[in-house]
Amino acid sequence: MAGTFSLQIVSPEGNVLKEEVEFVVLPGGLGELGILPNHSPLIAGLDIGVIRYTMNSTVKRVAITGGFVEVADNSATVLANSAELSEVIDLARAVDAKERALKRLAVRSNEIDLRRAEYALRRAAARISAAEKQ
Amino acid sequence: MAGAQDIRRRIRSVRNMQQITKAMKMVSAAKLRKAQQKLNAARPYARQLQGVLERLAQAPVDVIHPLLKKRPVQKVVYVLITSDRGLCGGYNANLIRKTSGLITETQHEVKLVTVGRKGRDFFRRGKIEFLAEFTGFGDEPSYNQAKEVAQEIVRLYEQGEADEVYLMYTEFVTAMTQRPAQLKLLPIEQPAGKQGKQYIFEPSAEEILNTLLPKYVETQIFRTLLEGKASEQGARMTAMSSATDNAKDMIDKLSLAMNRARQAAITTEISEIVSGAASLE
Repeated sequence: MAGTFSLQIVSPEGNVLKEEVEFVVLPGGLGELGILPNHSPLIAGLDIGVIRYTMNSTVKRVAITGGFVEVADNSATVLANSAELSEVIDLARAVDAKERALKRLAVRSNEIDLRRAEYALRRAAARISAAEKQ
Repeated sequence: MAGAQDIRRRIRSVRNMQQITKAMKMVSAAKLRKAQQKLNAARPYARQLQGVLERLAQAPVDVIHPLLKKRPVQKVVYVLITSDRGLCGGYNANLIRKTSGLITETQHEVKLVTVGRKGRDFFRRGKIEFLAEFTGFGDEPSYNQAKEVAQEIVRLYEQGEADEVYLMYTEFVTAMTQRPAQLKLLPIEQPAGKQGKQYIFEPSAEEILNTLLPKYVETQIFRTLLEGKASEQGARMTAMSSATDNAKDMIDKLSLAMNRARQAAITTEISEIVSGAASLE
């Protein structure tokens, strides 16, 4: 591994994480983005999903609901709409939310409700996948 | 002079009030601490977002986003952020005074969006049109509440209901000082981009701008809501603290008056007894 870089995750509710990492995978708008040390300057939009970062060959996960990332000067700053470390995710609640969303999707209602349910479903799925693989 | 009994009753009522103001002072001190924490927590995000906006400014973006575009100003909207509850000193009055001043000065057509009951109640008596009002945000405004306000404001702006939008809020300086402040929210003044690193934009600078600008409006509103909340609690704490002090002064004065009245009563009684005894001799 070619050294480390600093990963910072901030959300409007506060600083979520600041750590030295070796590798991070972000849920980019066009697909997953892998960032290694000394990445060239980048600003990218992020989707709902899971951030995975590696340090000392242990992988940790953070669920986010979209945002941006800025990479420059060997540090990555994630501006997340909201972010939850996998340790603090309430798995039971996430599973509940997923089922609720699925149920609402099954009942074909108007478009706004469908979009909202789909959004909720994706959020729940991201939280579950972050929490389960811990 | 009032009788000792009356004064005693007054002392009791002032003491009860003092207890209430003292309790309110302590409650608002605790809430202030919480509000301040949230404000501090929100700052890094706002700062980073501003940073990204600056970096975007240097990118070769051809598309002019509607939120950036300046229009000839005819209609101005003020977003007034006040509290739902009173008993917080000059907190609401100062901001309302500043806003009224601006409204009378300006030649443009003014409309209002209010957050908080106090601002709404004040301006409802006037002739100014309300475009939206929000109340009941509680002691800890959430990001979703800010988002709600932001969406409404962006909608008004895009529909041409407003050519400029200003946030009127109270800036939290310290627990003792709060300053009424004004912030131009829309159109967004894009910071001058410093020539620096060449960034890669994914998917594209335009698309990032499209999602970033509404986000920027939301964070600004969120920050001002938090500033307002912290200021409100600070103002209330100061007001309640001086109310408690005043009650103490009042109790001291009343106790003195009561003792005098009691003394006077005793003196009269003694002289009556003495003169009664003297008449028997």
